[in-house]
Amino acid sequence: MTPSASRADRGGADQIPGQARKTALHAQGRHDRPAPNPYVRGLRPLSLATALAMTLALGMVFFYAPLEAEQGFLQKIFYVHVPLAIVALCGFVLGGLLAIVYLRTRDPRWDMRSYVAIHISLIFAVGTLITGSIWAKGSWGHWWVWSEPTLVSFLIIFLLYATYQPLRFAIEDPERQARYAAVFAITAGAFVPMNYVAVNLSTAYVHPRVFSSTSNLPGSMALTLLVSVVAMALLFTTLCKYELTAKHTRFQLRALRRRLLEEPA
Amino acid sequence: MAALELDGLTRRYGERVALGEVSLSLDTGQTLLVLGPNGAGKTTLLRVLATLLRPHAGAVRVLGSSLPADAWQVRGQIGLLGHEPLLYRELTPAENLRYHARLHGVGEQRAQEVLDAVGMTRRAREPVRTLSRGMVQRVAVARAVLHDPELLLLDEPRANLDPAGAELIEPLIQGAGDPARGGRPRTRVLCSHDPAADLAGADLVLGLRGGRPALLAPPGEVDGRAIAELYR
Amino acid sequence: MSAATGHLPRVADERDDRPAGPRPPGFVATVATVLRKELLLELRTLESVPGMALFAVTVFVVFHFALNRNGVNGDEAAGILWVTLLLAALLGINRLFVADAEDGGFDGYLLAPVSRGALLFAKALALLLYLVVLELVAVPAFALLLLEPSLGPALPDLPLILLLGDVGVALVGTLVAALAVQTRARDLLGPLLALPLLVPVVIGGARASAPLLVLAHASGPQPRWPIALGLYDLLFGLIAYAVFDFLLED
Repeated sequence: MTPSASRADRGGADQIPGQARKTALHAQGRHDRPAPNPYVRGLRPLSLATALAMTLALGMVFFYAPLEAEQGFLQKIFYVHVPLAIVALCGFVLGGLLAIVYLRTRDPRWDMRSYVAIHISLIFAVGTLITGSIWAKGSWGHWWVWSEPTLVSFLIIFLLYATYQPLRFAIEDPERQARYAAVFAITAGAFVPMNYVAVNLSTAYVHPRVFSSTSNLPGSMALTLLVSVVAMALLFTTLCKYELTAKHTRFQLRALRRRLLEEPA
Repeated sequence: MAALELDGLTRRYGERVALGEVSLSLDTGQTLLVLGPNGAGKTTLLRVLATLLRPHAGAVRVLGSSLPADAWQVRGQIGLLGHEPLLYRELTPAENLRYHARLHGVGEQRAQEVLDAVGMTRRAREPVRTLSRGMVQRVAVARAVLHDPELLLLDEPRANLDPAGAELIEPLIQGAGDPARGGRPRTRVLCSHDPAADLAGADLVLGLRGGRPALLAPPGEVDGRAIAELYR
Repeated sequence: MSAATGHLPRVADERDDRPAGPRPPGFVATVATVLRKELLLELRTLESVPGMALFAVTVFVVFHFALNRNGVNGDEAAGILWVTLLLAALLGINRLFVADAEDGGFDGYLLAPVSRGALLFAKALALLLYLVVLELVAVPAFALLLLEPSLGPALPDLPLILLLGDVGVALVGTLVAALAVQTRARDLLGPLLALPLLVPVVIGGARASAPLLVLAHASGPQPRWPIALGLYDLLFGLIAYAVFDFLLED
């Protein structure tokens, strides 16, 4: 049953099957397929690079880095804890920078990127707390120590950024939500280094640092640490890309559904 | 000289269109009447013109300044009377108007003058929360015209007013030939649910439906059927 | 047109020369106007400061029972004082923009030809004043109820440290209050946002105050803490000034 040409003219193009449909849609200035997802580009090579880097890092941690005299095998968790901390801190600051770009351009894509950066960094921050706690238990006997500034400042930062999502969900207007989230991201992002300094100041005179300073590491440990940081950074980027891809797809789906619903019958 | 120039003004609320492709031109001293059912975007349009909301797409020029870039230039020349009176309930009308007068750089004496003009002299020293809705509306009108704006944005100005109150405020919200303004014409945008009463005073009629302009014509070309179609 | 009652008298003559309207107020004048309105509202309703002061004194009593102590000094004293002041400040922060949100104060301000930053400044000044009044009640109460050593030797330094801390609390508090007031869970979100951000103030303030409140040989504060507080105030002042506009506009 072939629909008449006049139906196509009146916007009934969706009901026309096959090639005629494509032509009809085109005539109305619409396309059958949405634009390809920009975040998907480069996702596979990035994932591969991440997998490689992580394997290399793990290999170095177990077979290349020397066993530390005092703390033994447990010390190797340092190669997970410190990279997690560094990448999380950078991620939070990055979230703030992306928020600045959003406020300048008002392009919701930047808001999405800021959200994802903060979201993933929060997960990494929880990882920092957990690995730090394990390390503390192993070498100091307690699940929590106040004398380690990294652990303490991450607790504060976690408590702060844990309010990010509740804040977003408490605002209904999407544009206002993005704007307020951006203000939060900028404020909190600027606060992160400030907080780190403040906590360091306050603990320096109470106890000596539990964990050895990273500045006087022997070469092999330093190299392993460097590789671990790079691997963690790659992991962060890959996870962000995955989440952005998923969000973008959902967004396109909603846009399509909206277009279909708005079509005249 | 065009007081208002809108070209494809669009404002979204999330994915919904609050205002879609509104285009019109209004000269100085003219009155634009905006009609439409609830939720059609009348209030959104007023808020964009008042520089409270920024347009998401399209061009907007108010009193010669383009929004949102030059909003700061025209802010002092626009008066808004919306659904909310914008008065602190715990302060008196006199205190509220003095506050607004200072914010606009207007002398405090003027605050007293507008209060007298809306017939609120007696109750000017009691907190706003003790006043009836009609009185609050009158004070709100006073607040809107306090700084003698060139562009007056009115959202159902006669709401909550009894006939006496409506008569009191009528001269204040008029556009043409107010001697207090040296005879300079005042441009007005009026949202109304009572087209019968306001059609006569309008120079241009805009009908909104779902945020989009369904009707744009001089009042002479607008008949009852078109209006009814709008509210269907 | 001229209904007798609606006829407005002629506005001042010198304005006829200028095509535009009246002259908008400058930054300082705007801050003064808003501050005046804030203080007028607070004096009229008394809904922030008395509550804050009462809350602080009550918390001191609670601390007595919770710690089972008759007197504290040194680090403990500094800690209890700062935490109590901080929690009382949260009450004030929660109420800072409520009247504006409910009575259309934001719109009323945004319609005027004034700078957005002036609103922030005025509100932060108002909050600062509330905190100072709070401390004028709470610190003597603390000295009376819980502090073991006398307040005398702490005197010229302690108020200054409190003031430095107050500035930080006022800035962060205003920012957080503006952020939280237009959301759904404003009473909960405000404190949750403010407390982590104010941890450095607690660190600096308590560390600075502790040596002032010891039993014997009360000494001055270590200089690093007031300096840290000052830097915090400066940094947050800049941040707040930069981002506040975005909270007000639509």
